Amino acid sequence: MCQVDEEYNALLESRSLPGVSRKCMKCKEGTAVLIIRAGDAFCRGCFKEYFIHKFRAMLGKNRVIFPGERVLLAVSGGLASSSMLAQVQEGLSRDAHKKLRFVPGLIYVDEGGASGQSLDERQRAVTQLEHLFQTTGFPYHIVALEEVFTLPTSVLEAVSAISESSASSYKTAVDQFIQNGGDSVGLRTQEPDSSLADAVAQLRTHDGQPSSCIPPADQSQALERLFASVKTLTAKEDLLQTLRHHLILHTARQRGYSKVMLGESCTRLAIKLLSSISLGRGAALAMDTGFADSRFGDVVIVRPMRDYSSKEIAFYNRLFSVPSTFTPGLDTKTSDKASIQRLTESFVTKLQADFPSTVSTIYRTSEKLQTARSGQTSDADPASKCLLCLCALDTAVEEASAFSATLLSERLSQGIKAAGSSPPAPAPAPAPVLGSDSGSAGQSCSSSAGGSGDGCCGGGGRGGGCCCSSSSVRLPVNSDLKSLLCYSCRLTIKDMTSVDTLPSYIGSEAERRKRRLEMRKEISEFLLDEDEDGDDEQLC
Amino acid sequence: MPVFCSSCENRRAVLKRPKTGHSVCKECFFWAFEEEVHHTIVSARLFNRGETVGIGASGGKDSTVLAHVMKVLNERYDYGLNLLLLSVDEGITGYRDDSLETVKRNQQQYDLPLKIVSYEELYGWTMDAIVKQVGLKNNCTFCGVFRRQALDRGAMMLKVDKICTGHNADDVAETVLMNVLRGDIARLRRCTAISTASEGDGVIPRCKPLKYAYEKEIVLYAYFKKLDYFSTECIYSPNAYRGHARTFLKDLEAVRPSAIMDVVHSGEHLSVREDVRMPVQGTCARCGYISSQALCKACVLLEGLNRGLPRLGIGKHHRLHGKILAQEPLTEREERKLRAVDF
Repeated sequence: MCQVDEEYNALLESRSLPGVSRKCMKCKEGTAVLIIRAGDAFCRGCFKEYFIHKFRAMLGKNRVIFPGERVLLAVSGGLASSSMLAQVQEGLSRDAHKKLRFVPGLIYVDEGGASGQSLDERQRAVTQLEHLFQTTGFPYHIVALEEVFTLPTSVLEAVSAISESSASSYKTAVDQFIQNGGDSVGLRTQEPDSSLADAVAQLRTHDGQPSSCIPPADQSQALERLFASVKTLTAKEDLLQTLRHHLILHTARQRGYSKVMLGESCTRLAIKLLSSISLGRGAALAMDTGFADSRFGDVVIVRPMRDYSSKEIAFYNRLFSVPSTFTPGLDTKTSDKASIQRLTESFVTKLQADFPSTVSTIYRTSEKLQTARSGQTSDADPASKCLLCLCALDTAVEEASAFSATLLSERLSQGIKAAGSSPPAPAPAPAPVLGSDSGSAGQSCSSSAGGSGDGCCGGGGRGGGCCCSSSSVRLPVNSDLKSLLCYSCRLTIKDMTSVDTLPSYIGSEAERRKRRLEMRKEISEFLLDEDEDGDDEQLC
Repeated sequence: MPVFCSSCENRRAVLKRPKTGHSVCKECFFWAFEEEVHHTIVSARLFNRGETVGIGASGGKDSTVLAHVMKVLNERYDYGLNLLLLSVDEGITGYRDDSLETVKRNQQQYDLPLKIVSYEELYGWTMDAIVKQVGLKNNCTFCGVFRRQALDRGAMMLKVDKICTGHNADDVAETVLMNVLRGDIARLRRCTAISTASEGDGVIPRCKPLKYAYEKEIVLYAYFKKLDYFSTECIYSPNAYRGHARTFLKDLEAVRPSAIMDVVHSGEHLSVREDVRMPVQGTCARCGYISSQALCKACVLLEGLNRGLPRLGIGKHHRLHGKILAQEPLTEREERKLRAVDF
């Protein structure tokens, strides 16, 4: 035992010695200025190379962005999106030995109306970001969240992208790009001129419209009413994210961008994965946290910063003076238990301090998940997608599932009886409380089965009754809207006092889908087995 | 202003359901709770008529409520099941003795046969002896592995057709979060299944009839029914990592009460990519039970205990797996790494 103790002590001593001063792990010459992981010490130059290489490797490995494609970078001014913007600038600069090949544009969504900022604060943030955007030379668009009240209903339709085999078409595009580049050198000199002209045109439009940053008063009031009608901060954050996505998607379509880049880091995606599980979005996890999110069809959302931890990004921004701004969100200065998203962020951050591999473990788990339903069949039928987040609906009431158990609990607690004060929705026969013979047992079983069959409509109606029990006029609107949503978005709508404050494009699309479902129900006996072809022919 | 039951509207409400937020009276709560468990059993088709079902009984609130509800529903709806209690004695002084006394009282109250299997019978080691060898840090690994296999072995002795355990919605949600935090993709795919009937031949299927019942409602049911149960925590379980997930889940429930069911719903709809490699199930070469390795975890841990190297099964031991399988002695250097050291 004495020998064993001595050897262990020696090992402990030897392990603590290298911490005094270290050399760079890569070049072995420069002094290490930071440690990314245990044992990975980098000097300044090697860290920059490592950081830049990871960004390009992420894009090159996934082969999603084609040469010449227009990509919209969503920049909020935070650390991660500013770092993403710096990487794109680095990759597109003249002196880079392998230039990135896409055409970038920038977008900033001003959410001050939702988080209660004053006009001066919002104007200051917009001015700061506008100055930053102008120095990049890329075309940029600054939109306010209030513009969701002028969006068309096409935002909620997933336009089917032309499905090609990505590998071969990517190679073909690269070959064509190389041939075009190699054929004429004159085109290269003209391209910078045209891009500069575009940038100048964009600058002119923005200079000519200084009042575009201030939204109209009625839209501001509508936004205030919308967020005031949401009771919990969890639902507010979920709704804000949904509306932000709709706004970015609309801008991308309008301006001709086929890709949107989000600057979400590894840490942010781990927090998002856990909070999505807690919100009931298990079916949509792959889209929420994967590299490519193709739920919108023609516009694909990519997350090139997902291999970086927030620690690496903070170090890079500080070492190389990447400018960034801070804009308060809905959960700024709130307590840990204000919302599920806030609680999850606090939990993951604290657990990361104790167990340093927490974030990377969660992140690697998200890489192995996928969307359960195949994308092609869900693209063909927009009625099988959620009205708000456009993910595949996960609310089919299976026999044994958490959803049907929740619906049953709601029904049993309220007591379905033929009393005068029963809700107007049709109620199945009540099961006997004290069943003693086999006949009653049979009735109980059949009524339970029948109840679960009607569970979706009944549960929706009951939920609507819970939300606005004082008014029976809104009951059909609320229950109809719920049937078009996925599990998690139903919880968000359930936390709203009224669905009238939602933007009009959501209500219009709900009405359109309802009419389409009724139309299909009327002609269902004439449809053949191949529903899609028959449906298309009849419509044509 | 007295609150009336939202179900019958006649009697005064005595509790507010954590699951749905409704105020209900005692009788309606009993009926709703039992109907929900019945609906789970029927919709998931957990049992068939004439089957013998072993109820995993530990004396705690979950298994006590499970035994009571199973007996009530078996009589009310005539499932035609043969119910009996199955308990595991870990050999923890001052803790398991009292809980087994509770199980014996449950046996008399519910008039169900009871079978107790102990670690000392099956493995030759009590939990007290294991803790002396291993220390307080990693003993939960031994207990969890041994108890699971002990339950299977006891079920085989009794020739039961199915085992049901008292896992509730909180346990299932906690397991989903734990598997995400640990990156265990194989368990993440199957940890929300209500029954393990589809996993291999020769294995007694397990099911969780209380899968959609909240833990708070189970306590409320036991309280109002005046059920006799044992509620002391294990004296050897400073399991820090699971405590993190449990604390997080309780905080989630405080923020949004339906979060527990939301996590279960997410777990049910998770889907794993096809190209992810999953472990293949087989049988252990030594004891014949189900295992994804040549030697199952219980045999590896038992070998470590018998050799005086309790850390043999903890951590990575893939290089030594061949030697353990062939029962060869280890080298001095290998043994030194595995020996327990007290600083």
